Amino acid sequence: MAFDVQEIRKDFPILHREVNGHPLVYLDNAATSQKPQQVIDALVHYYSHYNANIHRGVHTLSQEATDAYEIARKKIQEHFNIEHKEEVIFTSGTTQGINLVAHGFSEFLNQGDEVIVSALEHHSNIVPWQMLCERTGAILKVIPMDVDGTLVLSEFEQLLSSNTKLVFVNHISNALGIINPIAEIIEKAHAVGASVLIDGAQSCSHIKPDLRALNCDFYVTSAHKMCGPTGVGILYGKREWLSKLPPYQGGGEMIKEVTFEKTTYADLPHKFEAGTPNIAGGIGFGAALDYLNGIGFDAIAQYETELLNYATEELLKIEGVTIYGTGSEKTSVISFNIEGIHPYDIGTIVDKLGIAVRTGHHCAQPIMDFYNIPGTVRASFAFYNTLEEVDRLVAAVKKAKMMLS
Amino acid sequence: MKETRPITALQEELIDEFSLFDDWMDKYEHLIELGKGLPLIQPELKTDDKLIKGCQSKVWLHSELNDDTVVFTADSDAIITKGIIAVLIRVFSNQSPEAIVNADTSFIDEIGLKEHLSPTRANGLVSMIKQMKLYAVAYKAQLN
Repeated sequence: MAFDVQEIRKDFPILHREVNGHPLVYLDNAATSQKPQQVIDALVHYYSHYNANIHRGVHTLSQEATDAYEIARKKIQEHFNIEHKEEVIFTSGTTQGINLVAHGFSEFLNQGDEVIVSALEHHSNIVPWQMLCERTGAILKVIPMDVDGTLVLSEFEQLLSSNTKLVFVNHISNALGIINPIAEIIEKAHAVGASVLIDGAQSCSHIKPDLRALNCDFYVTSAHKMCGPTGVGILYGKREWLSKLPPYQGGGEMIKEVTFEKTTYADLPHKFEAGTPNIAGGIGFGAALDYLNGIGFDAIAQYETELLNYATEELLKIEGVTIYGTGSEKTSVISFNIEGIHPYDIGTIVDKLGIAVRTGHHCAQPIMDFYNIPGTVRASFAFYNTLEEVDRLVAAVKKAKMMLS
Repeated sequence: MKETRPITALQEELIDEFSLFDDWMDKYEHLIELGKGLPLIQPELKTDDKLIKGCQSKVWLHSELNDDTVVFTADSDAIITKGIIAVLIRVFSNQSPEAIVNADTSFIDEIGLKEHLSPTRANGLVSMIKQMKLYAVAYKAQLN
């Protein structure tokens, strides 16, 4: 089926509303994506027809809900080409997945061990590792970035040693949209015996990672950035690792036997899924994957590249515009500033014109410090955005520039 | 003591002034003009301890007691934020601590800048007002 953006837009009810008297132009997709009717329907259908707690009831509703939840897990397994179904752990999102691994690694790290993160990380990816290092006496090292927003791999190689225990890198940087060379990073880290956790929060809406081929030890992502509901995501971990890691939270579902003397934990994946999970969220995540795969990731990537190239070209025609993150491998994210104008002012004016962009440091203060800027305006495009919307953005930015200069 | 008009009168004046503009663009252009007209703060007052937390743009707020009134000076690196500061300073500077503490701030809504009152906006208007009132509370205690 040919890619038809106008047909696709019909699936997204929110895209038809107005903001400040203008048709909404939603360009904050890197913060969260909009939801197609198919995902909304899956949530409503669950709550209207078979809402029940899972994995424990013998009654029919509980069985139906359990089946739907486990089918969603299976869809996720297939989507990411994961070897074993129990390697898919449902979480509340990327942040929880990272914290789960960071918490578990407390048991494996000793004084003098090293953890490597990249300079392109989101704050949520820096803090858990700082906390881990404080707890264990391990040392946090940082892969530096180049002025085009790419990681300096030669420096990364210098940082690697037999002391390196864990490497943590995002697949795609949220502030700049640069795609990191994770296959190479994983291979080099493994060569010194280090494990690798990849943050896929920004990547999974644009590309379909093959986790078996990548061979990373852990991969985390969130459903809400890929047309799914908020409050649900996954941690993928190799079975050997997940078996070794201690449980993160105690509660129902994650236990096998409980006496006051000792509790034995449930098998994977339930060992990491304490309490009643986000059942509707998991089911909605599965529906979102069905939806995206129905369009196809090749078609999505091709179309988003077209949007990115057009928007880049048009924005650069405006005098004084600087785009940050100019590496050639990037997704449809444009982080920019206009000389002499604060990003916050631009964001305020374009919002008045019905255009949703993000302004600020994008929870990546170290990147802003690197460029010595207070923040940027970030326009992030999804497959349901149009070339006309790019024109609206460019016109709005021009108007903002005129008003603010 | 310096002669100043009461806060309510200054607020009324601003409401009238902004009501001359029909659409948001003109209102914002006026706000931007007010921002550009804000007297420059002395560079030595732009220190980190004068920064107001919770703003996407930087806002430095300085206050001092002049006779029995509070004088505010402020600056920001964003021009719309500077416009908002100019509005607040026009209303609250050169007033008695008592009057500042008791002042109502619903005029912000009435001049059509309601969206800036949203705490999620992170532009710190709410924080700015709070900080001004905190200074006033401190000076009020000092005067008593």
